[in-house]
Amino acid sequence: MVGIESFGAYIPWHRLDRQQFLKAWGGFAIPGERSVAYYDEDSVTMAVEASMNCLKDFDAQKIDGLYFATTSAPYKEKQSAATMALALNMRSDIRTADFTTSLRCGSTAMLMAYDTIKAGSARSILVAVADCRIGAPSGMTEQSLGDGGAAFLVGNRDVVAEILYTYSVSDDLVATWRGENDVFLRGWEERMVMDEGYSKIVPIAINGILKKSGMKKEDFTKVVFDPPGDARRHGKVATEIGFKPAQLQDPLSLFMNMGMTGSAMAPQMLSAALETTKPGDKILYCGYGNGADAMILQVTDAITKLPERRSLSKHLSVKKSYDNYESLLKWRDIVPLEAARRPDKQHIRMAATWRDRKVLLGLWGVKCRKCGQPQYDNGAMSTPPIRVCAKCQSQDDFDDYCFAGKMATVSSYTHDQLAPVLDPPASVVLVEFQGGGRAFFDLTDRDPAEIKVGTKVELTFRKLQLDRGLTNYFWKVRPARF
Amino acid sequence: MAGSIKDRVAIIGMGCTRFGELWDKGPGELVIDAVTEAYQDAGVTSKDIEAAWVGTLFSGMGGRSLSEPLKLQYIPVTRVENACGSGHESMRGAAYAIAAGICDIALAVGFEKLKDEGGSGLPGMENRSNTHYQSTPPGMFAMMATNYFHRYGLSPEAGKTMLARISVKSHKNALLNPKAHFRRELTIEQVMNAPIIAWPLGLFDCCGVSDGAAAAILARADIAKKFRPDPVYIKALQICASPTSGRMTSDYDFTHVEEAYRGGIAAYKEAGIKEPRKEISMAEVHDCFSITEAVTMEDLQFSKRGNVKEDIEAGFFEMTGALPVQPDGGLKCFGHPVGASGIRMVYELYLQLLGRAGKRQIKNPKLGLAHNMGNEPYAPVVSICIVGL
Repeated sequence: MVGIESFGAYIPWHRLDRQQFLKAWGGFAIPGERSVAYYDEDSVTMAVEASMNCLKDFDAQKIDGLYFATTSAPYKEKQSAATMALALNMRSDIRTADFTTSLRCGSTAMLMAYDTIKAGSARSILVAVADCRIGAPSGMTEQSLGDGGAAFLVGNRDVVAEILYTYSVSDDLVATWRGENDVFLRGWEERMVMDEGYSKIVPIAINGILKKSGMKKEDFTKVVFDPPGDARRHGKVATEIGFKPAQLQDPLSLFMNMGMTGSAMAPQMLSAALETTKPGDKILYCGYGNGADAMILQVTDAITKLPERRSLSKHLSVKKSYDNYESLLKWRDIVPLEAARRPDKQHIRMAATWRDRKVLLGLWGVKCRKCGQPQYDNGAMSTPPIRVCAKCQSQDDFDDYCFAGKMATVSSYTHDQLAPVLDPPASVVLVEFQGGGRAFFDLTDRDPAEIKVGTKVELTFRKLQLDRGLTNYFWKVRPARF
Repeated sequence: MAGSIKDRVAIIGMGCTRFGELWDKGPGELVIDAVTEAYQDAGVTSKDIEAAWVGTLFSGMGGRSLSEPLKLQYIPVTRVENACGSGHESMRGAAYAIAAGICDIALAVGFEKLKDEGGSGLPGMENRSNTHYQSTPPGMFAMMATNYFHRYGLSPEAGKTMLARISVKSHKNALLNPKAHFRRELTIEQVMNAPIIAWPLGLFDCCGVSDGAAAAILARADIAKKFRPDPVYIKALQICASPTSGRMTSDYDFTHVEEAYRGGIAAYKEAGIKEPRKEISMAEVHDCFSITEAVTMEDLQFSKRGNVKEDIEAGFFEMTGALPVQPDGGLKCFGHPVGASGIRMVYELYLQLLGRAGKRQIKNPKLGLAHNMGNEPYAPVVSICIVGL
């Protein structure tokens, strides 16, 4: 039995009230709000977040692959899945791949994971999807988009939703695109794109998998497929195929509270559907984009045993709604800003980040065998690695000790107005880890007024710096809110 | 350690430039101005200098940063760097060479040209992987204030008032110092209401970023009186470097600086001081931020742990108090050209001991203590120099 063993989702904490677009540009505002990745988030960090939620109570060391899907990868040349595998503490003898350029790449990655496992090349594969696409200022696209991600552990053990059938359609219609040098999303006339693309291809894929499976429309508890730019078409297509409204995983509340998350949209809807399914439920899934990928899944008894996780619906309610459109322009690097009158940040030393990759991306520290002190060194002048114990000075007598996933408590903090960050002040905290050890971290997703000595925080994977095309990732902490 | 520097080395001449935003002076000229004053004070010329040490953090490289402007003729010159303690480090080099009997007269210089950067603060100091948290020096010391307030139950208002009194005192002292960077009296309200730099520290909790240079000419104690009747003697020179374990284990409370405490004990032992609060006549300490001065009073055992607030409120460290601190205005107001600060502190103690401090003269001082601290509160190098008659 091959299928989904676990699932997770992620939506950034920051939500922008769409009335702010109207305020900035005039015209029309779509009702509701959209999620906005913070300045230190991108598709990789969001996919890591979704994966951490997905892998709660699972051993990442036992997973045989990582497929990352996005249309907004930080690199044109350089794999992101390899970075994520380190951050998630996965093994190195695994299959990693990035699936990209199509809005259905997340769905494709799931089908590919299914095939890989069925072929016996792997026992389980983590599929992580996230997107952070940018609409040009003043257009409707910047209002309708949102940022977020989802993740699924696909495998053949304790499957909570068995994948029964898959079906794919390829279709070369240039509906939306970004060329080699485009920052912003482009799109062809909506009417043509809807008529000839979405409204034709989705039914072809769904009818195709129905025919292949011999199943009937009414067999499905949930029908999950993503909406197009014009969200009304979603319901229209469903009606035309012959589904009842009660069967549909409704995209409207996601659209109103998060926005369209590109390649992550259909996978996020699937994770939302799995939250509320019961054993025996059948799910029809389809992801659209230059064709479509469809799946039929059947929920198993194992879903009742899957521990509660940070679901999409929880993420929808854990948020900070803000009313500052300009910050979106800042965080996505859309407008040039006056440089802080501070020294320029140093160039990334790739050799140093590579050398310390296990410490920096994997959050590995050590525990002294003599005195038992756990310790983490996030990089002072000359270290890591830790070779001499900070407590008892024993040398080279340690066990590896991973700090990833540990909760911590703020023991001191400051809000620094001088440090050049995109959303000042720079909040920095000294934290005490549960189980011992302390370290300084940047504090992100925070409201300065909520921070006290004793505030509980958790670790979150973030982007620190973009330099000459290189992205530097590391961990920060944020107030624990779930 | 068996050896002691006490009374083996004398200061026979000193010089110090005005500190400030000296747009029209380059590093070489600052060095020449400070050293020329020291030559004249000691009655020597560059030909008398047998060896030299120069301390700078950002503004020079190699011995040539001193030998070049001064055109020193083929003598040993060493550039030293020990963060904010670089000035003291240059004095230590010169003093140890003399104490070792290798030379009779040596020059120690500290300088920094910070105001060529086009911005405030110090040049960047990131780690190799550029993963350092985004905080500046004010932020790191602000966290010590956060913890000090928390530990002793001070409300932000009460804590900030305590710190404001420190800055008000230093501004008052600097008013009488023509070489100080900032010469302006402040009220507690002005300090309290200043813009926040790194919570809870505001603008006037932070020291000046300045250009400047200072120099000392040291000689063997037994020949010092050939140069002047009233040489000042070095009583202690101690350095204490941090293992920086405080950022990794919870043993460190972040309300004091362990290196200052331990460095103080070592310096008092070397100088033969039993009761620092009574025996030290005056102190110039590394008040990079107001909170640093507060905890340093406790670390150097001038005040009991947690009691500095009472001493501050009682005026113990004012010019009229029993132990004047920062008689020249300190880093806060004299300014902080990093490499120069250590020698600038000794310059003030030297003037006071010789009775040459003019309107800010302290009555009959016998022993002065200079304290330097480089890097963050959990990771510093602290240097302590005690001088006396």
